[in-house]
Amino acid sequence: MAILVGRDTKLITVGYTGKQGTFHSLQSRDYGTNFVGGVTPGKGGMVHEGFPVFNTVSEAMAKTEANAAMIFVPPPFAADSILECIDAEMPLVIAITEGIPITDMIKVKGALRGSKTRLIGPNCPGIITPGECKIGIMPGHIHMPGKVGVISRSGTLTYEAVFQLTQREIGQSTCVGIGGDPVNGTNFIDMLELFEEDPDTEAVIMIGEIGGSAETDAARWIKKNMNKPVVSFIAGASAPAGKRMGHAGAIISGGDDTAEAKFKVLEECGVTIARSPAELGQKIEEVLK
Amino acid sequence: MNVHEYQAKELMREFGIATLRGKVAKSVEDATAAAKELGGDVWVVKAQIHAGGRGKAGGVKLAKSMEEVKAHAEDILGKTLVTHQTGPEGKKVLTLFVEEGCEIEHEYYVGLVLDRATGKVTFIASSEGGVEIEKVAEETPEKIIKVKIDPSAGFTPMVARKLAYGIGLKDKDQIKKASQFFAGLYELYMKKDCTIAEVNPMVLTKQGDVIALDGKLNFDDNALFRHPEIEELRDPTEESEKEMDASKHGLSYIELDGNIGCLVNGAGLAMGTMDIIKLYGGDPANFLDVGGSATKETVQKAFTIILSDPNVKAILVNIFGGIMKCDIIAEGVVGAAKELGINVPLVVRLEGTNVNLGKKILSESDLSIIAADDLADAAKKVVQAAGAGQGE
Repeated sequence: MAILVGRDTKLITVGYTGKQGTFHSLQSRDYGTNFVGGVTPGKGGMVHEGFPVFNTVSEAMAKTEANAAMIFVPPPFAADSILECIDAEMPLVIAITEGIPITDMIKVKGALRGSKTRLIGPNCPGIITPGECKIGIMPGHIHMPGKVGVISRSGTLTYEAVFQLTQREIGQSTCVGIGGDPVNGTNFIDMLELFEEDPDTEAVIMIGEIGGSAETDAARWIKKNMNKPVVSFIAGASAPAGKRMGHAGAIISGGDDTAEAKFKVLEECGVTIARSPAELGQKIEEVLK
Repeated sequence: MNVHEYQAKELMREFGIATLRGKVAKSVEDATAAAKELGGDVWVVKAQIHAGGRGKAGGVKLAKSMEEVKAHAEDILGKTLVTHQTGPEGKKVLTLFVEEGCEIEHEYYVGLVLDRATGKVTFIASSEGGVEIEKVAEETPEKIIKVKIDPSAGFTPMVARKLAYGIGLKDKDQIKKASQFFAGLYELYMKKDCTIAEVNPMVLTKQGDVIALDGKLNFDDNALFRHPEIEELRDPTEESEKEMDASKHGLSYIELDGNIGCLVNGAGLAMGTMDIIKLYGGDPANFLDVGGSATKETVQKAFTIILSDPNVKAILVNIFGGIMKCDIIAEGVVGAAKELGINVPLVVRLEGTNVNLGKKILSESDLSIIAADDLADAAKKVVQAAGAGQGE
């Protein structure tokens, strides 16, 4: 059944009535996701594009039995909406919003500890189990059901990897974008753990970036705990130090967060590395043989 | 966003952190007038640029007479400083900070950064200040202490004790002053949405005071919407005009040294595209992420910015449409070609949402576009095109 989302997922969107929220909620529904309604404070009681709107997340959960929420709230208010989901004990929250202040996310991260919520993102494309459930902004049609799990800090680079797989008729179990921000809800290790346990996943693609130590931490975890093959690419080998490359998290600050340093640790830990983002599909084909 | 040392110190004072008295000077006359007003018999003349390592590069000088203040100001103003943080082109000094002197008993290091693995703000402190902290970390890691702050508990006396004892303070009064210093720095970091707050060195004076002798603050760009007072501190002479212009249009652009212009959607794919260009022996001229909500106009703007770089010998457009629709990009490309005239080879690779519509728009225009089948093909073709362009 892949990981985290599938046919049992019931989705609401927080920030549903906004332009982006509406568009991507309906796109998710069209893909086959069980979309059940939305939350926009002050618009409770309305019916928008055929779905009920509620004032609060807890009310929406009580009335629709939703077990997943997609956040499309603008950056100044997005952290508060995530906190509302944690308070309502929403099991899965996917925050698409880009540009949430870091100190807001530090507070969210604190609230997540010991809570019943798993947060994916923010600043991410979302999560998709091909053929079953799509939550987020990724183009659904490039995916195909299958056995490869994909985890990534980047949106469009994930599409690139998925596209290469589908072209080779290698399907995906679940694809998760964990987001490009320095503080996020779910890290690589959390996802690797789920993929390792998932009987439907046979191999994993992990796409990282310069900055931080998430990839090297993951590499060491893989060496210790993972039996399934992992293929990895790190974006930013050509990036100069000290410059922020679009993502708030993609900046080389010390010495050990360069692409080169990360490739080295990954390789030492038995991960198959792709030096070029165009090689991801081919490398997966090789490890699956 | 970065600010100057003198601006950082003004903010630190607001949060109860002690600093020396000082004055900003834009000319040699200003500098000597500042020294006179400050009084005393020792001053420090400091270059104000957004980069560390100023001392080593000759941007911080001690003066023991008015003549020396004047001589140092003449020397430093207008000089281009090259430090390990400026890049080889260096940074021109337009502003000075003249500060009173002090008698130093000991120099410490104190910094606050985010520990990404735990999502907690973390103090880094050391008994070895006034030197490059990266070197201390490498050569004598035992001299560096780290204290993570639990966001729900915030700054507590435990944190202060751990830091003060950790850097070797023993005197009760000194510990009290240092604790106030640490608490102020944490409050500043959280309230003003910093990403870095660093004092190197924090100094214990012979008189027993704990002061910030230097100060470096960096702010979270995503939080500037709630800090107009920080936005006002922005020094446009420190920032690339093109990069600022791009950001006004929702484009994320960084100028680099190569000759292949890149126009990509998404930060990760933009980096990946630069990486693959390098793998095929080319050299990217820029990082450019058009984002997910670009219009025909922003795409045109992106071309204007790329083409304003005289080094650009070829352009690669690499779009994987998700939110971004390929037809919008295609219209932008056609529009830019008509209005600007693109006179370098243009390689285009489109994939994803509305790809067929996008390809149709391009093929129906009479632009000479080198179409690429996939990412590797696109990179090969643009590297080849740039090489051919160089020979002309």
